[in-house]
Amino acid sequence: MSTRRANWAIPYFIFMLLFVVLPLLLIVVYAFRDNSGSFTFQNFVKFVSQPEAINTFVYSIGVALITTVLCILLGYPAAYILSNKSLNRSQITVVLFILPMWINILVRTLATVALFDFVHIPLGQGALIFGMVYNFLPFMIYPIYNTMQKMDHSLIEAAQDLGATPGEVFTKVTMPLSMPGVTSGIMMVFMPTISTFAIAELLTMNNVKLFGTTIQENINNGMWNYGAALSLIMLVIIGATSLFADSGDSQDNEAGGLI
Amino acid sequence: MANTDSIIKIEHLTKSFGDKKVLDDINLEIRRGEFITFLGPSGCGKTTLLRLLAGFLRADEGRIVMEGSDISELPPHKRLFNTVFQRYALFPHLDVYDNVAFGLKLRKTPSDEIDKRVRKVLKMVSMTDYEDRDVNSLSGGQQQRVAIARAIINQPKVLLLDEPLAALDLKMRKDMQMELKEMHKTLGITFIYVTHDQEEALTLSDTIVVMNEGKIQQTGSPADIYNEPINSFVADFIGESNILNGTMVKDCEVSFIGHTFECVDKGFGENVPVDVVVRPEDIYIISQTENAKFTGVVKSCTFKGVHYEMFIDTDKGFEMMIQDYNQFEVGSTVGMFIKPSDIHVMKKERTCNTFAGVMTSPTSVRFLGAEFECRECGLKEGDEVSARVDFDKIDLLDNKEDGTITGEVNFILYKGDHYHLTVVTDDGDKVFVDTNDIWDKCDLVGINIAPEHIRISKRV
Repeated sequence: MSTRRANWAIPYFIFMLLFVVLPLLLIVVYAFRDNSGSFTFQNFVKFVSQPEAINTFVYSIGVALITTVLCILLGYPAAYILSNKSLNRSQITVVLFILPMWINILVRTLATVALFDFVHIPLGQGALIFGMVYNFLPFMIYPIYNTMQKMDHSLIEAAQDLGATPGEVFTKVTMPLSMPGVTSGIMMVFMPTISTFAIAELLTMNNVKLFGTTIQENINNGMWNYGAALSLIMLVIIGATSLFADSGDSQDNEAGGLI
Repeated sequence: MANTDSIIKIEHLTKSFGDKKVLDDINLEIRRGEFITFLGPSGCGKTTLLRLLAGFLRADEGRIVMEGSDISELPPHKRLFNTVFQRYALFPHLDVYDNVAFGLKLRKTPSDEIDKRVRKVLKMVSMTDYEDRDVNSLSGGQQQRVAIARAIINQPKVLLLDEPLAALDLKMRKDMQMELKEMHKTLGITFIYVTHDQEEALTLSDTIVVMNEGKIQQTGSPADIYNEPINSFVADFIGESNILNGTMVKDCEVSFIGHTFECVDKGFGENVPVDVVVRPEDIYIISQTENAKFTGVVKSCTFKGVHYEMFIDTDKGFEMMIQDYNQFEVGSTVGMFIKPSDIHVMKKERTCNTFAGVMTSPTSVRFLGAEFECRECGLKEGDEVSARVDFDKIDLLDNKEDGTITGEVNFILYKGDHYHLTVVTDDGDKVFVDTNDIWDKCDLVGINIAPEHIRISKRV
């Protein structure tokens, strides 16, 4: 019986092998080869020695960080209000906040471009940050909302009972208990913003280059090995973030859904 | 042990959730240092009363006075109470030490004092060496101990306990009961305890407040409540009892189950219908029948550990429960008598259903939100009347569609030879029914009343 059960996993195993493991291996192999196919560190040396590439890289991380911080600053209070029954009694408001997630990211961004055009705001860096925050805010709100929603209300009463003022209830109970949701939110926002390129292209008229754009350009121009090396670097950075997020997560099992 | 001066006074406290009145004009005085228990079935308002005391809810009317000052509007963090919650409510992001120290840290107590006091209370609840443990890794009983430690470390004047032992298994519950009682003695503070477990209430309390449907039924010491229940609800809820219809013949003489008994109650008047309560352990049972007050046949006999529990059909066709150390053969005829002081006579709350109604034609009357046919009684349409219906003249129907109105069986009392039901109609009115049929609580029933059983009288 147990062997037969194990067999059910085979299709998934093959799928993962073909579409996850193999491409990753190919990226690693390509990253360490030159055009002729021989082993080299040249691609990484090129990245480190090229100020332009490094600048783009740092700039991308900067944009991702700003986006994430803005999402937390905007999303946390929103989630708090949504989950607080005395402030929000309707489920519809929650849906309204989550609704943008149902619409394709490109459609939303094109609409943003049209909107900026309409009110004569020049596209560029500001528009880029706006577009990023607008697109990824629901991904921050939802996990935080989820954790707060599941929070046992008697914990808040217990804190009040032990003498905590409303402010202390928030800093000593609500906030620490909602941290798993914030961690999930950071992962949901930071990781995709670092690699995104479509939003940057559309909202800055190709004036601002993000790291995702650099990779895309290199691969489009047939520089597979260099592109693979850049992808690998990004992968490592993202992996590091998620490791950090994971260690925060394991403290508590009340993580906020979505992933 | 308990002083006579009061620490808390509850005056005319009323609270509704939506249309439902959860607490209805509660008045209560709580003495300093006593162990007081709010006891009642679920939904009786006992937890709401506790939450009002803790400050988690605001009363609609009335006030709570503590040591002379009105605290009704005080937020929970300013009240000198601490609560032990039913589901413990320990902070999952803090370990045992930080949970217990939570209140002291908020008060900016110096850390060496916190240290000393945490150790002291953890020792008190036998949880020494658990300081660094994650609260989620503790068993239910251990979590409860931490929750108690977290509350008493703040040295509150009053400790509120909301069914703290409900989630523990029987053996653990018994142990914790003893520990709580011990703790109450050592701390000397007022304990306000909420439970639906009458045995727990009898074991722990100095004073029991029996509640039902948002009202206080009886307040008194465990012995008072057990021995002198004020009405049939209290008698039925606290311990086992035989509750029977009787008639007070005259002072110190009551007749029930077809016999006349000597009793110690006076002042009811002559030939007044009353409720009679006899505890099953207060009926003496002997194998001879000659000198017995009344006789009966043993229908069943179950061993209950300390005693045998027997159901007996008496000579006049009533069923009674009797507890005795001796076993009596099923089917054998036995003799019984009851000491006068063990017969508890209670005034009947009502002797028939009385509804306020309006005549809708000379032969129909409207009450309980429906129209009933009745006999011609010389009244005309629009006259305001009282409709009286005897308990046993109301028909309950299985199929609720067949009834003129529908209702839900809310409370069942066995009266020796019939059941006395309280049926709550869809509009929330109460109909009292005597029946021989067996119904269960929460059964949905149709209610019909035959025209000849409705007695109409003009309201003045």
